[in-house]
Amino acid sequence: MPLLSIAIWLPIVSGALLLAFGRDDRADAVRWAALVASVASFVVTIPLVTGFDLGTAAMQFVEKHAWIARFNVSYALGVDGISVWFVLLTAFTTPIVVISAWQVIEERVNQYMAAFLILSGLLVGVFCALDGLLFYVFFEATLIPMYLIIGVWGGPRRVYAAFKFFLYTLAGSLLMLVALIYLYYKSGGSFDILVWHRLPLSMQAQVAIFFAFFFAFAVKVPMWPVHTWLPDAHVEAPTGGSVVLAAIMLKLGAYGFLRFSLPITPDASHRWAWFMVALSLIAIVYIGLVALVQHDMKKLVAYSSVAHMGFVTLGFFMFNELTTSGAIVQMISHGFVSGAMFLCIGVLYDRVHSREISAYGGVVNTMPKFATLAVLFAMANCGLPGTAGFVGEWMVILGTVKVNFWIAAAAATTLIWGAGYTLWMVKRVYFGAVANPEVGALADLDRRELAMLSIMAAAVLVMGVYPKPFTDVMHTSVVELLRHSSVPKLVP
Amino acid sequence: MNWQAVYPILPEITLLVLACVVALTDLWWPGKDRIVTYCLAQASLTIVALLQLWYFWGGATYYAMQRMVVADPMGHLLGLFATIAVMTALVYARPYAASREMLRGELFTLSMFSLLGMLVMVAANNFLVVYLGLELMSLSLYALVAMRRDDTGATEAAMKYFVLGALASGFLLYGLSMMYGATGSLEMNEVFKAIGTGRINRAVLVFGTVFVVAGLAFKLGAVPFHMWVPDVYQGAPTSMTLLVGGAPKLAAFAITIRLLVEGMIGLALDWQQMLVLLSLASMLLGNLAAIAQTNIKRMLAYSTIAQIGFMLLGLCPGVVSGNTVSASNAYSSAMFYVVTDVLTTLGTFGMIMLLSRAGHEAERIDDFRGLARRSPWFAGVMAVFMFSLAGIPPTVGFYAKLAVLQALVSTNVPGFVWLAISAVVLSLLGAYYYVRVVKVMYFDEPVDLHPVEGARDVRILLSFNGVAVLLLGILPGGLMQLCAQAIVRMFAT
Repeated sequence: MPLLSIAIWLPIVSGALLLAFGRDDRADAVRWAALVASVASFVVTIPLVTGFDLGTAAMQFVEKHAWIARFNVSYALGVDGISVWFVLLTAFTTPIVVISAWQVIEERVNQYMAAFLILSGLLVGVFCALDGLLFYVFFEATLIPMYLIIGVWGGPRRVYAAFKFFLYTLAGSLLMLVALIYLYYKSGGSFDILVWHRLPLSMQAQVAIFFAFFFAFAVKVPMWPVHTWLPDAHVEAPTGGSVVLAAIMLKLGAYGFLRFSLPITPDASHRWAWFMVALSLIAIVYIGLVALVQHDMKKLVAYSSVAHMGFVTLGFFMFNELTTSGAIVQMISHGFVSGAMFLCIGVLYDRVHSREISAYGGVVNTMPKFATLAVLFAMANCGLPGTAGFVGEWMVILGTVKVNFWIAAAAATTLIWGAGYTLWMVKRVYFGAVANPEVGALADLDRRELAMLSIMAAAVLVMGVYPKPFTDVMHTSVVELLRHSSVPKLVP
Repeated sequence: MNWQAVYPILPEITLLVLACVVALTDLWWPGKDRIVTYCLAQASLTIVALLQLWYFWGGATYYAMQRMVVADPMGHLLGLFATIAVMTALVYARPYAASREMLRGELFTLSMFSLLGMLVMVAANNFLVVYLGLELMSLSLYALVAMRRDDTGATEAAMKYFVLGALASGFLLYGLSMMYGATGSLEMNEVFKAIGTGRINRAVLVFGTVFVVAGLAFKLGAVPFHMWVPDVYQGAPTSMTLLVGGAPKLAAFAITIRLLVEGMIGLALDWQQMLVLLSLASMLLGNLAAIAQTNIKRMLAYSTIAQIGFMLLGLCPGVVSGNTVSASNAYSSAMFYVVTDVLTTLGTFGMIMLLSRAGHEAERIDDFRGLARRSPWFAGVMAVFMFSLAGIPPTVGFYAKLAVLQALVSTNVPGFVWLAISAVVLSLLGAYYYVRVVKVMYFDEPVDLHPVEGARDVRILLSFNGVAVLLLGILPGGLMQLCAQAIVRMFAT
């Protein structure tokens, strides 16, 4: 069965059907249909992990059909131990987003749900594509639904944020397009990523391609100094948009480094590793400090995302198995944790309509159930052992120590900054006396919100306590990736 | 009558006869609201389109009338698309023209004659035939633009179009006469051979080339010969803008290929340099000026200039250091670009007419405000057009840009690779104003609360147009292959 195709097209087709037949006077039917479609899309991805062959680093569940004969482009899909987790993460996040919007979105419900379903299918496509052009098409196409989500359902400065998001990302990825075409030419007319992996290239060409990819992926990750679109996009996006942005769209950039930059330009990656490490450390330390002074909860979590993604890029460019696996684990756990943090902010925002930290205080008195879960996610965000946030950071720091103690020491300060900004926010928002009558009147979680946050909490705890299945599945692929990227492939 | 002599130009002859039939029928029996004329015109165009399709299917190349005209697959394909473009334009234009007292027989006959001019241009194998077709097309279009006599804007546009168009024809004619003087022949293949001998005075050839390229650039609307484009697009009634901005681009592309490639490929080094400058200037000025516009027709005019610039880029890497290996790749990319651009342009102007009512022209970008609430479907269709013009996948505009960029990069000449990078950066500028239209439709509240209602045929065809742009974006292979075939066959003969 073409599982990957189903995972891509099921949400897209159901999104299109919702657009065609959904109406606001049947909003409940639309919501249920979206939920069923998103859950079904998640269910079809489960066999990808259960049926995964741990013994091989080759692509699995491969599908290949000719697509554009003139340029030798094929519709080629497949997953390895790395990408399979992102397919699952994407499919897992979509039902959560649908649930989170249940009562909040009342206008143009079908368009909202359809945008997220279509976006989900496109994102799965990015993670499965084995053809450079197919990857690019999915990668770029995700801009359209996200642009509309931010612009239509966003906050007061949504137009500015939507444009910034769109143009920043487009600017980065257009250079990548030139690099893809160049690789197509160099490989003698092939868009196959796996062929590109074996393609010998001169150092000069590698560096040029490396930086073309760098611009596309660094904007997406986002790395300092091209991160400035992210706080704006997060603050203005509706809750669901923030969740998808943080949980999945940021991973596109990091995934791009794994799938393109490291294997296709290994020598340039090694030569410029210092540069990537420097940018990562700036993200970890400087952005961590920036997060400390934020007044807006969404902005704070957005900056914390940039800092956490700094860990991911640091892990990739240390080139050892522990850091690379750690970085991938960090990507997955960040998907759960930051997604959950944004859901929590959404819960508060739906009631009080403010994201300012100063508008809250003593929420624990009126919303005990909610505060329990929120504090759990906050702990995961600062990397408490036993939660998902700990595993990745620990692996990356441990692996980095082996390479260079001082880099590891600088990176490890994140445990201080992370705890600083997260716990300080928790203290100001959740603890203390009830700050104002609005907080005093808050109602605790309803069943829908409780369900949604509990699922996230379960994911965070399971991954924190027992990360072995995650690392097992990715192990062979990571080893193969490192082996591949340590062999020079310069043409003399 | 010698059947062999007539067979290759049967589509043109058929169109000429049928255009006369339509003109006469309209005089005696126009029917209510000129329905008879309209149906007859559409039926005639359908016959012509089918003939073109039939010839293209056959795939053979014929010369006729003492090699004055050539009927080859490229010509048939471009002719087919031009015919379809005119048919589409007439469907979109009819209700619009009817509500503005422009639904006269001339609308149909003149469009048919302008199409005849285009088909002659497409089939030209001789400098004089090129000029003949160009004038037939242009004169019909001048008259169409001027059809609303009492409207000062339209009259001004027609005057500008006429004066500048005449100037351009003069340029072209002057250049062609120089080529004739230098090579001693008016026929493309003879000129090609004469240039190939290398015994012709280069100064005269290059001088002639400059004028030919300038004339073509005028007709295509490339900077610095673009002045007429914004004024004519904005000033002409939208139905006429559609006729000016759609099919004629295909014909202008065809004569560009005929003159520069079939006739003067020996001088490619010279005209390629000129095209590089023209295209960079067009993309820069078109994209920058479009950002500042509030009138959507004017914005689309500047966007057309930028699109033409991108298309011309595809013609640049045809000959690399005297080598024509990449020629068919490059020219078919440009052809794909222009065909898809016309397809999208037709749709955008169709949308403007759909939103216009009697007494209200939806000409400002603000008239699209909140369209997503008034009509989600047509807002979606317009968004597809805009994303396609901006080159965002999965719409066909992306593959058009990809094809051209690919043609540039695969030459592996650093200069062309830099050209590709600058084209990419300039198209980022372009993305801003296209995406702004999407913003206006989706993020803003509607000011105009009239429901979107148009004639049913317009709505159906517009929807089909939008779906085509999206579907060709998902499966672009077929159309690409057709363009490649047409160009490869042209080189084979």
